[in-house]
Amino acid sequence: MTAQQTNPGQPPASTHPVAEPALGVKGMLRWAWRQVTSMRTALFLLLLLAVAAVPGSLFPQRPVNAAAVTRYLKDNPDTGKFLDSLQMFDVYASTWFSAIYLLLFISLIGCVVPRARAHYKAMRSRPPRTPRRLSRLPEYETMELPAATGVSARQAITDAAALLKKRGYRVDVRDTDDAMPSVGAERGFLKEAGNLIFHLSLIGVLVCVGIGGLFGYRGQKILIEGETFVNTLVGYDAFTPGTNFDPATLDPFAVTLDQFDVRFDRESTRQFGQPIDFTAALTTKEEPGGEGRQKILKVNEPVYFGETGIFLVGNGYAPIVTVRDGNGQTAFSGPVVSVPSDGVYTSSVTIKVPDAGPDQLGFVGFFLPSAIKNDQGVSYSFDPDPLNPQLNLNSYYGDLGLDTGQPQNVYVLDVKDLTQLNGRDLPAGGITLGPGATYTLPEGKGSISFDGLKRYIGVDIRATPGQGGVLAFSLLAVAGLMASLYISRRRVWVRTGTHPDGRTMVEYGLLARGEDHRLAGETAALRELFTKQWHLPDTSHAPDTAPAETAKDR
Amino acid sequence: MPVINQTLGQYSELFMLLAAGTYTVAFIAFAWDLAKSSKTLQAVDRKAAEAAAAKVPVAVGAAGVSSNATASDDGRPADAAVRPSSSNAAVGGTADGDMRYTVKRRIPARVAVALTVLGALIHGAGVVTRAFGAGRVPWGNMYEFLTTGAFAAIAVFLLVLLRRDLRFLGTFVVGLVVIMLVAASVAYWTPVGHLVPALQSYWLIIHVSIAVLSSAIFTLTFAMSALQLVQARREKALASGGPDKPAFMRLVPSALSLEDLSYRFNAIGFLGWTFTLIFGAIWAEKAWGRFWGWDTKEVWTFVIWVVYAGYLHARATRGWTGTRAAWLSIVGYLCVVFNFTIVNQFFNGLHSYSGL
Ligand code: HEM
Repeated sequence: MTAQQTNPGQPPASTHPVAEPALGVKGMLRWAWRQVTSMRTALFLLLLLAVAAVPGSLFPQRPVNAAAVTRYLKDNPDTGKFLDSLQMFDVYASTWFSAIYLLLFISLIGCVVPRARAHYKAMRSRPPRTPRRLSRLPEYETMELPAATGVSARQAITDAAALLKKRGYRVDVRDTDDAMPSVGAERGFLKEAGNLIFHLSLIGVLVCVGIGGLFGYRGQKILIEGETFVNTLVGYDAFTPGTNFDPATLDPFAVTLDQFDVRFDRESTRQFGQPIDFTAALTTKEEPGGEGRQKILKVNEPVYFGETGIFLVGNGYAPIVTVRDGNGQTAFSGPVVSVPSDGVYTSSVTIKVPDAGPDQLGFVGFFLPSAIKNDQGVSYSFDPDPLNPQLNLNSYYGDLGLDTGQPQNVYVLDVKDLTQLNGRDLPAGGITLGPGATYTLPEGKGSISFDGLKRYIGVDIRATPGQGGVLAFSLLAVAGLMASLYISRRRVWVRTGTHPDGRTMVEYGLLARGEDHRLAGETAALRELFTKQWHLPDTSHAPDTAPAETAKDR
Repeated sequence: MPVINQTLGQYSELFMLLAAGTYTVAFIAFAWDLAKSSKTLQAVDRKAAEAAAAKVPVAVGAAGVSSNATASDDGRPADAAVRPSSSNAAVGGTADGDMRYTVKRRIPARVAVALTVLGALIHGAGVVTRAFGAGRVPWGNMYEFLTTGAFAAIAVFLLVLLRRDLRFLGTFVVGLVVIMLVAASVAYWTPVGHLVPALQSYWLIIHVSIAVLSSAIFTLTFAMSALQLVQARREKALASGGPDKPAFMRLVPSALSLEDLSYRFNAIGFLGWTFTLIFGAIWAEKAWGRFWGWDTKEVWTFVIWVVYAGYLHARATRGWTGTRAAWLSIVGYLCVVFNFTIVNQFFNGLHSYSGL
């Protein structure tokens, strides 16, 4: 492996064969590869990734809020253009950000694969040979078994091996025929395995996120009470498919908004009027002809159809309006979606009536749920609940420009080719309508009435394949991380010999690979086990037989 | 929808102020301890340098065993010599490298800890009454994150004190907690109230509690890493025969011990932050329909995660242990603070529920 470990008190876990004199292209490539997969590069790339992620929080991002980017570009034409050329408004899809994380993952693969291979080998090979001088190990102790115990050097090794095995070590007894037999033991292979699993899972997460971006989609829909949405492309107000999305995969479910309830805070003073509950009652059908089912949609409780989820992301008022034209015909009748702009639902209203004759009609203005007048006589809303609903509109007539075939924003009325009929500055004044009221337009252009009020909800509809994979790999990564951080990889060697006077001498030493602050605790635990096994007096070596973890905790 | 109890809420605010007052006194006691102890130490040193030297091995007896290691069969370098054992004795300190309690009595420190415990009890009462007043978990806005987070920091500190003598951290931790409580009451004050619908989820309990706990742990490691930097400088100065300054640092364990302990805490904190990230993503999927959307708060949570991952890497990279790793730990904490203060208030995103 290429990682260079310098854990305190630890040997480099393994050393790379020293590079042969770099010869030609091959040598260069090898050198470059070694650089890319070095621990230092990984660290550098990680820190670079952290820094590179920051601009995305400083500047508006297109995928999150395209309108904010447009505004920023308009407000800062020069710097904006420059920043845009640096992809600062789409940081997380930018070439430089992608380059960093791709390099990081290449480095990761280059790091992990050889490590995995080495670890596989280590797992299958026998514990390393017994060092000549155990006393040099970070943990070292000796014991002596009086001749009276009758435990021979060989017996002691067999016992030690059995005890270590029971404690989860892989053991290897050697030199049993020599005067000084020994046992080598090793445990904690899961530590390294955990580390490998952690890093590999990160790749899994990345791949699954990619799958979602390729094959997923998201769309928005506004649903007024009583309306039904059928999941087809034309049903959406806005639709953003993934690169490889196939519309044929859309589930043909249908959703009807039966009722939408909102509750505002009426108790606290400082948060008075803040929303505390949004509940949408839906009737859903798995397929068009299917059986209707009642479901509740709330902010934190989406409704799922298989992989596709419906999420409640917005709501507002939809005043029901009827417009009669100059010919006395009903040219429009129905709820109009108003767009709230503040906490008390002061909402903008745009009504386009292309069917009106002889002239097309247009209205813009505000809907106020709880209208009240201030000192200057200007109406505003004082509460989000519809305590005194009111429509304040200006009216226009002329050509709405809808026949040109160019797509128009339904929430904006282009007044370029229109003549204004009503307004605060005009003799006729503005239109102010309470529920049930009708206003007759000047010049015989028709009339408008405010017939009632409905609510609407804005929903996001999304399918993100691979999402389950992201979760699974994340959890796998956490499991690997825990194993890597909290399992200790340790080696133990025990050697015994017989003293000329008949005593059996035992020595043992411990070595940790990687950070291990509980090595001393393990030594104490082994001491206790051995003492018990050979019926030695408790005080034979050290007075403290405190619980393994608290004893000499380093 | 639970009923709001304003009276309980007012009691809670009173408790918070009382706790802040108690902590302030504890802070003074901790500072007094540092000043007094370092003075005593200097006097002792001057009188009997040998006697002091003879005492040290007793205090660090256990650690002595593990510092024997020099080389092994792997032919590895004598790491123990390069990175000396945790004992601070070598650099003229008295603090135990294991951060175990020694027999020596430090009256002001005892007073300080007693006061901190008292403060924590009052503080805890404040957190609990807040929870009952609002009829929900007490972490739904900035005021509550801060007051509950400060309590978590103190609780973690006191829990660690049961096993380790981290009293040298007292001034820093208690000082930070006082700042948190004061900031909460002055800048972020919000009376008890209901949660907005976006926060009404059991994920609030899981996600935020882990975030608060991890932040509390990072608060401790931040203090330790900062001390580590000071201590490392002092050790360097001492090694080259310089003056022993600042004197109170003799109460503080060696830079290496600090590094080891803060590494262990940072590992826990990182694990917690990983959970914060994952649970946050699960919640985001439920609330907003996507598990990750690079919302500003998500960006910074990610940045923090990567910085601490960098820290863990640094600890395994030659040339990056010690001082550099400590800097990463500090930068990580600064990101945590930034994420909480600046991002919550001045960046708009989906997480705009600061309650301000
Ligand atoms: C996606 C980027 C990466 C992240 C987020 C990451 C994260 C982490 C974390 C959190 C740890 C500490 C926990 C543990 O010991 O398992 C760690 C350890 C480690 N990482 Fe990474 N890593 C990344 C990439 C890499 C790369 C590219 C390499 C190889 C060059 C690498 C090599 C290692 C090694 C060798 C360790 C073990 C250190 C030790 O023994 O203490 N990692 N990584």
